[in-house]
Amino acid sequence: MANARDIAEPVFRLVDVTRVFRTGKVAVHALRGVTLSLNEGEVVVLLGASGSGKSTLLNILGGLDLPTDGQVFFRDRNLTRASDGDLTRFRREHVGFVFQFYNLVPSLTARENVALVTEIARNPMTPEEALDMVGLGPRMDHFPSELSGGEQQRVAIARAIAKRPEVLLCDEPTGALDSKTGVQVLEALCAVNRNLGTATVLITHNADIQRIAHRVVVLADGRITRDEVNPDRVAPSQVSW
Amino acid sequence: MVRVLDRKLLRDLRQIWAQTLAIALVLGCGIMVMVAAYGTQRSLVETQAAYYDRHRFADLFVAATRVPVTRLAELADIDHVAQVDGRISFHAVLDIDGMQAPAVGQVLSLAADAGQGLNVPLLRHGRLPDPDRLDEVALNESFAQAHDLVPGSRFRAVLNGQLRELQVTGWLLSPEFIYTMAPGTIMPDDRRFGLIWMNEAAAAAAMDMQGAVNDIALRLMRGADARAVIAQVDSVLDPFGGTGAHGRDRQTSHAFLDSELTQLDALARFLPPVFLVVAAFLVNMVLGRLIAMERAQIGLMRALGYRRAEIGLHYLKLAGMIGLLGVGLGWGGGLLLREGMLLLYVEFFRFPFLIRDPALGAMGLSGALALAAVLAGAARAVAAAIRLPPAEAMSPPAPPSFGRGRIDRAIAALRLRQTSMMILRSVLRWPGRAAITLLGVSTSVGVLVASYFLFDAIDVVRDRVFQQGNRQHVTLTLARDAPDSVLLDALTLPGVTSVQGGYALPVRLVNGHRSRQTAVIAQFEGAELAQVMDDEQGVITLSDRGLVLPELVARHLRISAGDSVQLDLLVPPRDTLTLPVTAIIRQGMGSEAHIAAPALFAAMRVAPRVNQIHLRIDPQQMPALQARIKSLPTVAGFADWEELRAQFDASLQEGMLTMVMIYTLIGVLIAIGVVYNAARIQLSERSHELASLRVLGFTRAEVGFVLIGEMMLLTLLAVPLGWVMGYAFAQGMVDAISTDVVQLPFVISRRTYALAALVVVGASLAAVLLVRRRLDRVDLVSALKARD
Repeated sequence: MANARDIAEPVFRLVDVTRVFRTGKVAVHALRGVTLSLNEGEVVVLLGASGSGKSTLLNILGGLDLPTDGQVFFRDRNLTRASDGDLTRFRREHVGFVFQFYNLVPSLTARENVALVTEIARNPMTPEEALDMVGLGPRMDHFPSELSGGEQQRVAIARAIAKRPEVLLCDEPTGALDSKTGVQVLEALCAVNRNLGTATVLITHNADIQRIAHRVVVLADGRITRDEVNPDRVAPSQVSW
Repeated sequence: MVRVLDRKLLRDLRQIWAQTLAIALVLGCGIMVMVAAYGTQRSLVETQAAYYDRHRFADLFVAATRVPVTRLAELADIDHVAQVDGRISFHAVLDIDGMQAPAVGQVLSLAADAGQGLNVPLLRHGRLPDPDRLDEVALNESFAQAHDLVPGSRFRAVLNGQLRELQVTGWLLSPEFIYTMAPGTIMPDDRRFGLIWMNEAAAAAAMDMQGAVNDIALRLMRGADARAVIAQVDSVLDPFGGTGAHGRDRQTSHAFLDSELTQLDALARFLPPVFLVVAAFLVNMVLGRLIAMERAQIGLMRALGYRRAEIGLHYLKLAGMIGLLGVGLGWGGGLLLREGMLLLYVEFFRFPFLIRDPALGAMGLSGALALAAVLAGAARAVAAAIRLPPAEAMSPPAPPSFGRGRIDRAIAALRLRQTSMMILRSVLRWPGRAAITLLGVSTSVGVLVASYFLFDAIDVVRDRVFQQGNRQHVTLTLARDAPDSVLLDALTLPGVTSVQGGYALPVRLVNGHRSRQTAVIAQFEGAELAQVMDDEQGVITLSDRGLVLPELVARHLRISAGDSVQLDLLVPPRDTLTLPVTAIIRQGMGSEAHIAAPALFAAMRVAPRVNQIHLRIDPQQMPALQARIKSLPTVAGFADWEELRAQFDASLQEGMLTMVMIYTLIGVLIAIGVVYNAARIQLSERSHELASLRVLGFTRAEVGFVLIGEMMLLTLLAVPLGWVMGYAFAQGMVDAISTDVVQLPFVISRRTYALAALVVVGASLAAVLLVRRRLDRVDLVSALKARD
């Protein structure tokens, strides 16, 4: 795994990215000159306190937000000044999202929630394949209200990976889960990374989760304060909660 | 504490101003229609009553050939008769400068002490005729205005065969002629028909009626039995050619005014409550949602220590403010609309004054109903919210559960796109809410169908009356009966190409103790110009022996086809005949019975006679014909059907079109209000879900489809239901609006159905697109962060 990562191309390149939110007369600097590369097949854990800029960084990577200053490249494409339509296409074709609160459509079953994406993707796997990959094959005809939190999150992961995205962006995917289901979700994420080689960025408050990452990036006050490779990856089951 | 809550109230209202306005407008529309319709109707009824009262409008009317003035005392002696007034009345052809066609005047004698009598005219301009001058006359205001005949102007009239020049002294209004219509026509026409008040001596001299009258009015005491009085009056007047006394119901002006008021009353009873109920439902639904979304805030306030009652009151105040805004808009709009409608009616009906009734009952009722709807909607949601323990209220509600019923499996089998599935499941998951949207939209379709249907009905009436029923260009009414050889003379008039005779005979139709005073129209064979028409079957061929009765009369007399009916002739030879009824028809206007001329005269055992002549002419020769008619002493009336049709259309433009426009506007507003609010609720409840779709890479258009699709699906489903409602509404309108004077045919064209559907679908689309624009403004990141 470590070898594959060494020869990998960068998927994302961020150069001196700044993001300022202005509400009335107050300007909040969420990111202050972040420069960062993310490589193919890499699992990166983003750590940091509340307000350190993790989510802002993730949103900019995912095309949900644009930087105030600096450059963002996805492979050769410059996303810095992309239009709304370009960003929509970018998300549709290349990015998978997983959120803390799952964001499933309650009126669609697990299979249909995944199909929501496969219907508009270019070269998707079938919903069944995606759900099998996260271990939910037997429960695919259940509605969200009939699934546990961990199961709902795994449906969200299946929905995110079904389009075979190049990057998977996860914002606190285990934040609302207990240890047992949290481990199941992390295992699903690692399995996807292993099988599909999807670059995965994972925001968490649980510092122990960094042990499953190839690389750990720590943010504080809108700046990167640490960016180091994790030489001793462990399996999700060994993460303490 | 309370001051902060009140500040929150105002800020909340400002925050949701668009929805507040939409709710208030829908509510206001319902109230507005109710206040306007009742206000107009009440105002006209009160004006009519006051006018009748102040000017002593009579209760009974009777025409006779010649009644010596000395015999009037006998009428005054009849029990329960309060007052008797007699006068001379006859028709005359008029020749007025600047008008090629002959006009028709009804000449009425004016006693020196007219102010003490019945049906007292009101002087509006100029002065009354001098009792010593034989050539002075006063005219009804509308006729004088139509011809610019000011005091001092002169015109010519053929009085009893003699051409006379008359001078105008003033303009009058009369409670007898609020609505004026020439004999033999169907529409008021202020240019062609006028009233001429002439002092008594002049009228008597012109008609050789010294010491006699031929037109008698009676006022009854309160609580009098009109039927008993009529019977006695008829027996007194029988030797003098009395044609049968009748009440106000057969007095032309009153009958038409009453018919109009009945229709207005029907409209007021019928549509406004529908609007108000839909508005109430809608407001109930929207407010319920609005407050359900405040759940977290309610939990917070409870956590902070507010009492349930305080929080409940706070939200009831919010609902109450929205309700009050709606009531204020509705009352204001209603009073304005009432004023507009009254102005229209004043154009049509000649009232000397107008009493404005604010319809306090309608205002109070609609206001109370509106506030009740608003508060009930709010109370339900508030009660649910404050019952929850604060901690539970503050946490997001559990995701709505969707089950797999049989319907769901059927839908799943359709293999639709997932976004389509979302639409269908949402409809099935909240069937009550979908039903209210459906109901609201279908009501607007129904209201539009019932409004546009009036045009279809009028089209049929126009086609029956003008295209098929009366193909003649001109109808002449004769001053007195003539032998049918006069038809040959008529052929020699300028430009005449064909001629048909007609004979109108005043009768009382009797079946057992039920009777009805009307006229029988005898049709002569030949040119087939004037024909009997049935609304559904078209031209009816008269049988050679029996009567054809209009449905309304037949129903009143409880007679069906095949029965016999007794005819009391109200003019010489004043016999009683018994004739079979061969057919019953629906006719758009009038309550006359029809018979073939040979059948009538065989039964009467008299030689054929005519008092109407229908002419088809070479249109080029119309001026020559008109000029000729002006000098013919035998002609008392002249109707130009081309003109009548123009009048018919023009009067519709004024009245009905305005009415239909108003109802259309309100129907559209209801549709927009329903769909806009439903879409706003959707958007606020599902913004999270819709934002997720955007994050997943769905385009704005694709996400918009979920929102628009559901509303348009419901709108399309509502259309057929609305058609059914419209059919029922229209049926109700036909029953409510039809009077003795006008019977609406019940026909709804495809054009009406299509137009109603098109307008509502368009309005719904516009409303949902308005909401869709907000979807573009949803901030993806924050929508995903916020849990409801």
